[in-house]
Amino acid sequence: MSKIQDAFAHGKAFIPFITCGDPSLETTEQLVYAMEQAGADLIELGIPFSDPTAEGPVIQEANNRALSGGVTTDKIFDMVKKIRANTQIPMVFMTYANVVFSYGIERFTKTAAEVGMNGIILPDVPFEEKEEFADACRRNGLALVSLIAPTSHERISQIASAAEGFIYCVSSLGVTGVRSEITTDIGEMVRLVRAASDIPCAIGFGISTPEQAAKMAKDADGVIVGSAIVKICKEYGADCVPKVAEYVKSMKDAIRDL
Amino acid sequence: MNGRFGIHGGQYIPETLMNAVIELEEAYNHYKDDPEFNRELTDLFNNYAGRPSRLYYAERMTKDLGGAKIYLKREDLNHTGAHKINNVLGQALLAKKMGKTRLIAETGAGQHGVATATAAALLDMECEVYMGEEDTKRQALNVYRMKLLGSQVHPVTTGTATLKDAVSEAMREWTRRIDDTHYCLGSVMGPHPFPTIVRDFQSVISKEIKQQLMEKEGRLPDAVLACVGGGSNAIGTFYHFIEDESVRLIGCEAAGRGANTAETAATIATGKLGIFHGMKSYFCQDEYGQIAPVYSISAGLDYPGIGPEHADLYDKGRAEYVAITDDEAVDAFEYLSRLEGIIPAIESAHAVAYARKLAPTMNKDQIIVITISGRGDKDCAAIARYRGEDIYE
Repeated sequence: MSKIQDAFAHGKAFIPFITCGDPSLETTEQLVYAMEQAGADLIELGIPFSDPTAEGPVIQEANNRALSGGVTTDKIFDMVKKIRANTQIPMVFMTYANVVFSYGIERFTKTAAEVGMNGIILPDVPFEEKEEFADACRRNGLALVSLIAPTSHERISQIASAAEGFIYCVSSLGVTGVRSEITTDIGEMVRLVRAASDIPCAIGFGISTPEQAAKMAKDADGVIVGSAIVKICKEYGADCVPKVAEYVKSMKDAIRDL
Repeated sequence: MNGRFGIHGGQYIPETLMNAVIELEEAYNHYKDDPEFNRELTDLFNNYAGRPSRLYYAERMTKDLGGAKIYLKREDLNHTGAHKINNVLGQALLAKKMGKTRLIAETGAGQHGVATATAAALLDMECEVYMGEEDTKRQALNVYRMKLLGSQVHPVTTGTATLKDAVSEAMREWTRRIDDTHYCLGSVMGPHPFPTIVRDFQSVISKEIKQQLMEKEGRLPDAVLACVGGGSNAIGTFYHFIEDESVRLIGCEAAGRGANTAETAATIATGKLGIFHGMKSYFCQDEYGQIAPVYSISAGLDYPGIGPEHADLYDKGRAEYVAITDDEAVDAFEYLSRLEGIIPAIESAHAVAYARKLAPTMNKDQIIVITISGRGDKDCAAIARYRGEDIYE
C-alpha cells in the first residue's frame, strides 16, 4: 500500500497536478505513468468542477475541456482503479466540496480509498468546515490535506496541529496560475508549521520554472506545479505525454538534492 | 457552527479568505450596535437613499383582481432605483470604518453594481464591478451608469457569463487583493457573515412595512411577496414577520421557460442540497454536483442558488417558494405599468405575477404586500425585444 509519506523519502518532492480527462482519460492515465518515470513523487489528480473558484484561467479552461469531453466522477474512479493496478505512486484528488458532497461524502471517500487514492485536497473547505469531510476520510483511510495561505498567520498553528498527509502551502495571494515572482516569506510560513507539527510542507501556486522550484524547495519539503503542466496539455493535446515527462524531469532535477 | 441556518450556510471558502471573513465578522459585531455607526447609516438611509420607502395602496390592481387588498412596498423609489442601496450603504460604511479603501462587487442586472458604484463615489472609495458579459449586453444602461459613477466594470466571459460567474470572479479577485479591499456582496449568500450582514441591512424593508401597515390598517398583512434570486429583497421583506406565524412569506423564483425545462433558474423547485460560493444551500446542479447553466429573462434572478436562510425557511415550512415563468413575469411587467403607472423591474414583476394568481383566491378583508424591489427602466429594451420590437437603432 502506498503512502503519502513515501513521496517525501526521495529528496525534495515534486508534485505535479493534472486535470483528469484533459484532453482524455486515456491521456491522463499515460501521464501518470510518464510523470512517475520522470521523477514525480506524488500526483495530484484534479476532478473537474464547473465553477472552480480557486483556479486561474488555465485550470478553469482545463476543467471546461474535461467536462465538455464527458468526464464524470465515476469514470475517474474507474481510471484510477486501472492506474493503481500498475503503479504504487501516491496519488491525491484535488476537487471542490460540491463534487464530494453531491456524490455523498461517505460514498465518495470509501470509493476513492477502494480504487487506491491516498488523499484529497478541497480548496473550498477551510479548517472551520473540515470535520464534515475529515471524519469520513479518517474512517476510509484517506488523508484530508490542509492548506495554509500567506494570510493565515496565527491560524497556521491550529491547522498544522490537525493536518494529515502533507500541508499545502499556498505561495501567493490570488488563484492558481503561473507567476513571474513570488514574494511571500515561505520560510516563515514553514517555520510556523514546524513549530506545531513535523508534517511535510509542499509549496504550490505560481511555480513554473526550475529556478523558482529550487528557490521554493529550499524552504520546504516539496513543490507543487499545476498550471504550467496544464498549459503543456492544452498546447500538445493527446501528444502531451513526452513533453510533460520532459518538463517533470527538469523540475525534479532542479530540487532533488537540495 | 459558524453562521448556520439549520443545516445551511457555513464558510466554504479558500483559506486565503478566512482571516478576511473573520475580520469582517468582528467588525460587524462591533459596529452593528454602535450608536454612531447607526446614526450615520440612518442618516444615509433617510437623507441620501430616500427612506423610508412608501407603502402604496394599489387600488386599481386590488379592484381588478377582486380579492385581497394589495399594497406595494416601493423599494423602486430608493436612490439608484432598487433595494440594493440598503445593503450597500451599510457594507460600504462598515468597510470604510474597517479602513478599506476599495470595494469590489458582482452584479447581475447591474442594480447592485450601480448601488456599489454610487456608495463608492459618495464615500470616496475605489470600485470595481464584475458583471457577466451576457449581462453587460442585457443591461448596457447600467454598465454606463457604473462607469459614469467612476467605477471600472469587468465583463466576465467564463462559464455562462452571467451572475454566478460574476460572483466567482469577484471571489477570485478578493483572494488576489484583500488588505485594502472589501467584497461588497450583493445578496444574502456567500460565506458567513455575508448572509447575516446583508439580511440585517435589508431587514429595514419589513420593519417599515410592519409600521406603515399598522398605521394604515392597524394590523399585520396576510401575505408578503417578493422575488428571489439570491434572496436579499425577499429576506428583507420577510425578516420582521418570521415570528408572526399568521403572515405567509412567499418567495417568487424565476422559472425561465418553465421549471420543468432546462432553461430555468428556479432553485427551490429544481435544485438539491449542495456547497457552492461559500455556502451550503440548494443549488441547480447535475448528478455529479456540476453547477447547472441556469436561465431567466431576468439577469438579477439568473442564479443557480438561493441564500441559506431561505433554504432553512423552506426546510422548516415557514416560507413558500413559487416559480414564475418569463411569460408570466413579462405580462406582470406590462400589467403593473398600465394599471398603476408603475414600471417594475423584471425581477420584481415575478412577485407581481404571483400576486395576480393569489389575490383572487383571498378575501377582500385580507392584505397582500408585494415588494417592488426595483424600477423597470433598465428592462425596457429587453422587454421590447421579448415582444419583438427593437427600440434602439
